[in-house]
Amino acid sequence: MRYEIHHRSTYTYDESVSIGHHLARLAPREMLHQHCEWHGVDVEPEPMSLAGHRDYFGNQCLFFALHGAHKTLTVTAHSFVVVHPPVLAAPGETPPWEELREAVRGDFLTPDVAAGEYAFASVMVKPGKQFADYALESFKPGVTVLKAALDLNERIFRDFKFDPAATDVATPVHEAFEKRRGVCQDFAHILIACIRSLGIPARYVSGYLETLPPPGKPKLVGADASHAWVSVWCGPVHQWQDLDPTNRCRPQERHITVAFGRDFADVSPLRGVVYGSGEQSLKVAVDVTPR
Amino acid sequence: MDPSPDSVSIAEMLTSARAAGDGFHEVWRPDGATRPAWGAFLESLARMQPVDLAQKREAANQLLRDHGATYTIYNDQQALSRLWQLDIFPHIIGPEEWRLLEAGLKQRSRLLRQVVNDLYGEQRLLKEGWIPPGLVFANPGFLRASHGIKPAGGSFLFHHAVDLARGADGRWIVLADRTQAPSGKGYALENRIVLTSLFPDEFRDMNVQRLASFFQMERDSLRDLAPQHRGDPTVVLLTPGPLNETYFEHAYKARYLGFPLVEGADLTVRGRKVFLKTLEGLRQVDVIVRRVDDTFCDPLELRTDTWLGVPGLMEAWRAGTVAIVNGMGAGVVETPALLPFLPGLSRHLLGEDLKLANAVTWWCGQPKELKHVEKNLDRFVLKRAFVGGAGQPVFGADLTEAEREALLAKVRMAPHEYAAQEVLSLSSAPVFDMGRIESRPLVLRCYIVPCGNDFAVMPGGLTRVSPSRKGLVVSMQSGGVSKDTWVLADGPVEQLTLLLSPTVAIRPERQAGEVPSRVADHFFWLGRYVERLEDGVRVLRGVVQRFAGEGSEEQARELAALVPWMVSLGRLPDRFGKKVVPGELRGELLALLENSRREDSVRDLLNRVRYNATALRDRLSDDTWRLFNQLERHTRSQATRLKVPEVLEMLNAVVLDLAAFSGMEMENMTRGHGWRFLDLGRRLERARGLVRLIHATIHPSPRNDAVLGPLLEICDSAMTYRRRYHARPQLGPVLDLLIADDSNPRSLIWQLYQLTRHASQLPRDGMEGMTGSEKKQVDMMLSELAGVDLTALAGAEDRSPGLLVRLCTRLQAGLESLSDTISQHYFSHALRRVS
Repeated sequence: MRYEIHHRSTYTYDESVSIGHHLARLAPREMLHQHCEWHGVDVEPEPMSLAGHRDYFGNQCLFFALHGAHKTLTVTAHSFVVVHPPVLAAPGETPPWEELREAVRGDFLTPDVAAGEYAFASVMVKPGKQFADYALESFKPGVTVLKAALDLNERIFRDFKFDPAATDVATPVHEAFEKRRGVCQDFAHILIACIRSLGIPARYVSGYLETLPPPGKPKLVGADASHAWVSVWCGPVHQWQDLDPTNRCRPQERHITVAFGRDFADVSPLRGVVYGSGEQSLKVAVDVTPR
Repeated sequence: MDPSPDSVSIAEMLTSARAAGDGFHEVWRPDGATRPAWGAFLESLARMQPVDLAQKREAANQLLRDHGATYTIYNDQQALSRLWQLDIFPHIIGPEEWRLLEAGLKQRSRLLRQVVNDLYGEQRLLKEGWIPPGLVFANPGFLRASHGIKPAGGSFLFHHAVDLARGADGRWIVLADRTQAPSGKGYALENRIVLTSLFPDEFRDMNVQRLASFFQMERDSLRDLAPQHRGDPTVVLLTPGPLNETYFEHAYKARYLGFPLVEGADLTVRGRKVFLKTLEGLRQVDVIVRRVDDTFCDPLELRTDTWLGVPGLMEAWRAGTVAIVNGMGAGVVETPALLPFLPGLSRHLLGEDLKLANAVTWWCGQPKELKHVEKNLDRFVLKRAFVGGAGQPVFGADLTEAEREALLAKVRMAPHEYAAQEVLSLSSAPVFDMGRIESRPLVLRCYIVPCGNDFAVMPGGLTRVSPSRKGLVVSMQSGGVSKDTWVLADGPVEQLTLLLSPTVAIRPERQAGEVPSRVADHFFWLGRYVERLEDGVRVLRGVVQRFAGEGSEEQARELAALVPWMVSLGRLPDRFGKKVVPGELRGELLALLENSRREDSVRDLLNRVRYNATALRDRLSDDTWRLFNQLERHTRSQATRLKVPEVLEMLNAVVLDLAAFSGMEMENMTRGHGWRFLDLGRRLERARGLVRLIHATIHPSPRNDAVLGPLLEICDSAMTYRRRYHARPQLGPVLDLLIADDSNPRSLIWQLYQLTRHASQLPRDGMEGMTGSEKKQVDMMLSELAGVDLTALAGAEDRSPGLLVRLCTRLQAGLESLSDTISQHYFSHALRRVS
C-alpha cells in the first residue's frame, strides 16, 4: 500500500507567546516492510532555528525554536509511505517464553541481549507484581512467547474498555490498569508492562492507522488519528512482532510506523516548552489516504 | 553536657581516646606509637589546655555562622538553617601515603572518563563483553538523549569525586565514585579557611599543602573548555537554587572562582546557543558548571516535570556551542554495580592494574553473583545499585529470618537494581565533641579534575566522621561531622596568596556591571520585604509599647484609637473594630509577630527576607551576612505568650538591625544595578506602606486624631513634627510632613523623587535616551501630588470626606502598577509547557 499522510497540530494560545522550543518526531521510519518516499514538516510561523538528528532509538527528530510573539503554532507533517505486508511469525515457531527470558539477560551483547534493553523499567512503564500476575494467565509454563503474547493481547482487548475520558497523555500505567480503561497509549503501556514484568522485552510503537469509513459513507477529512501499539521480542529469528491491543490484531499494511522507544515519553510526536502566560488549546487533524 | 574538669590534661584525654574499635587507627599504631604524620600536631595539642579546645570550638562555630555555612537552608516554616558541622581537629595524611592515593585517583578518573565516553559513543565495552549490557540498560543514569553527542571539551566527565575508607590493613579502599555533580569541594574549602585560623602555627609548621593552586587550576581548566576558545569565555555555575541542601557551597564556590551563580531561569537558548539573561541584554555562555542533576536540566528533552533547567539546553550542547560539566549522563558510572568490572576495564583500557582497590562488591544483575549474595547475605550491606533507587543500605547481619526472605524476594523481582558490598570496619580518628576527645570512624572524599592531558587531585578532601563511635554509615545527611583534611608536603610549602586571609579572596569580577535578571528580582524583593518588615515592626511596636505604658490617659486614648486603625489597615480582624477583649488582642498581636503562616507577619517577612538574602549570598558582603545572622538571633524567640518587655526589646533590636542594613546599603554597596533594584524595592515599598497608613487614618470616617501621634512615630517623623510645630498633631501639618515635605526622607514625595531618579537609570536594552514607562509612571504620580493643596484638602476632609481617600487610592494603584511594570520588564518570566 502507498499512503499520503497529513498530520497537522495547531496550538492556540490565549496570550501571545514570546519564545517556544519544540521537538518533533513525525517522520515515518525506514523498516524492512516500510519505505518513506518523501517527508517534510511545515512550521508556521517561521522558526528561527531548525535542526534534525537521529535519537538513540534511531527515530528522526526535528528541533525547532520560535522567537517573537505568536498566538498560534501550526506544525504540519506531510509524508508519502509505502507499506508492504510484514513477515508475520507463526506463533508456535517462536521460542518458549522462559527460554527467551534467560537469553535476554546475558553478559555479551547478542541480539537477544540488545533487545533486553526493552525488558527494564522505563520512565512511564515500571514493571510490577500486579502486571506479572495478570500476564501469567497467558504465559503458562512452556508456551511460546508469541502465542502467549497474542493471548494477552486478546485479554487486554476484552478486559479493558476504550474510553478517551478516563485518561490523558500523562496517566501512569498502573492507574489505567486499575481503572481497566483508557486509549491506545494506555493499552500499549499496559501490554508492555505485563510483558516486561515477566522479563520479556517489549517496545512502544507510535504511528498511524488507516481507518475505513462505514460501508457506503465517504471518508471524513481529518478523521484519522495518531495511533500506538506494541512490539514484542520473539528471539533472533523472528525478531520484533507487532501487536495492537486496542484493535485486537497483528498490525499489517494499514499500520504505518513513525517511531519506537521504551514508552510514550521516548517517542512523543510533538513536545514543547513556551514562555508566556495564559491557557492554550491543541487541535490535531490526521489524514491517511491510500494513493 | 559536662565540660571536662580542669584536672584532666589533653594528654590524658588523648590517651582515653585511643581505645577505639577493632579497625585501623589513623593516629596510633597498634603498639601505641604515634604515626609520623600526626606527631607534630599531637605535640602541639599536648601544650594546650582543655579550655583552649573549647575556645577553638566556639571560634569555629562563630566563623561558620559568619560565613553562613549551612547545609540545609530555609525549610519553609522553620527558616532555621543547620550549621555546617566541622570538627576542630584536622585529618592528617602523610606525604608518601598521599603520593599513592594521588596516583590511584588520577588513574581512576582517567579510566572512568574513557568508560563514559565509550558508553555514549561506540559502546565497544558492551559489544566486547567488558561491561554487562544490563548494567547500562537498567541504569536510569544512562541518558539515552546523550548518546551520540560529541561534547564540547571532548569528554562527559570533568568533576570526579571518590569516597574512600581504610581497610583493616590500613590500605585505602574505594567505596564509591561520584560523577553526577559531586558536592563538597566548597565545604572542604570552608573547612580549610576555618582550620587555618584555629591552628595557624601548626598549619604553617607542618608544611600542609595549600588548596588555592588547585582551585586556580580548576578555574583555568574550566575556561579552557570553552568552544571556539574564545579569549574571555563566560563560565556560569548552574544551581537548583537556595532551597537546595548544598546551596551555600554553590554560592561560595561561584564567589571564590569568580563565576556568576545562575538558576535555570537565568539562561535561555536562542539559535542553538545558550545565553545569560542580564539586565543589559543577552550574553552568550560558553561553559556551564552544573550542580543540577542532568535529568532536570532540560524540560524539553529530559524530565518534563521540572523548572530547574533550560529548555533547549540539550540541543545547544548537541550543536557544540556550549560545554557542560559534568556532561549530561556522566552519572551512569556513579553506581556500585560497576565496581567489580573496573579491574578488568583498567587492564583493558589503560594496560595497567587498578591502583586503588574497590570495596568487594557483587552486582546482583548476574545470576551467579546473585546466588553468592543470597547465600552470604550476613557479610554484606545491600544497596540500591542506581541513583534514584529508594531506600537506605541494609546490613544483612541485622535482619531477622523473615526480613531476610522479604528482602531477597524483592531483589529477585529486579536483581539488576541491587548491589552487595562486604562490610568494612572503618578506620578511626579523634574528634572533639561535647568537651571530650573520642575516636570515631571516618570516610574520605577526594576530588579530581582534568588538567591539560593529565589530572589534578585536590591536596586535601572532605573527611566525614560518624556521629557515634560505632558508625557503619557515614554521611552528612545522617548527622555526620566533617573534618578538614591536611595533606603534608615533604618540605616547606609555597605561600599562595588566595588563602592567606581567613576571608574569601574574591577575584575582581570581570563583568561587574552584569546582573542576571533573577538577581535583580531578588534584590528588588529583598528591598521590598526589608522595608515591609520595618513597617510591620514599627506598627507593632507602636501598639505594644502602649500596652506597657504607665497607664497614662494619653496612652490609653491612643491605644483605643490604634486598634480600629489596625483593623482598617487589615492587620486585625474586623471584629476588633467593635469590641476589644485585651486577652484576645494579645493573642492577635502575638500572631502578627510569630505566626509564619500569616501573610506579612513579622515571622513571615523575616523568612522572606532570609530567602531572598540567601539567594543573593554570592553578592552580599560577609558583613551584610553577619547582619542578617544577627537579625536572626534577635528574633529567635519561640514565645507562646506575649510578654511585653521581651517583645519590645526584640522589636527595638530589629529596628536597629534594619537601620544598620540600610546604612550598609547606603555606604558600602557599589552603585550598580543590584543596588538600584534593592533601593527601587525599598522606596516603592516605603511609599506603598505610607499611603496605606495614611489611608487607614482617614478612612473609614469619623477620623480619630489620637492616631496621629503614633502615626508620626511609626513614620519616624515625630521629632521633626514636635520641633517644627510644638503642638498636638493635627491632620493638615501631619499630612504635609508625611506626604509633601521634600526634606523628610520618610515622606512620600522623597520616595517618589528617588524612584524617578532610579527609573531614569534603568537599563533600556538598546532604547537608551528614551523615557521608559517606569519613569513616566512615577512622574505622573509626582505631578498629581504637585497639583494638590494638602492643607486645603485636610481642611476640607472634615466637611466633605472623600477627596483625600481618592488621592490615596490613585497613588496605591499607581505604585502597584509600577511594581508590575518593573517585574514584567526586568525579571525572568515563568515557563509553561505545551505538551
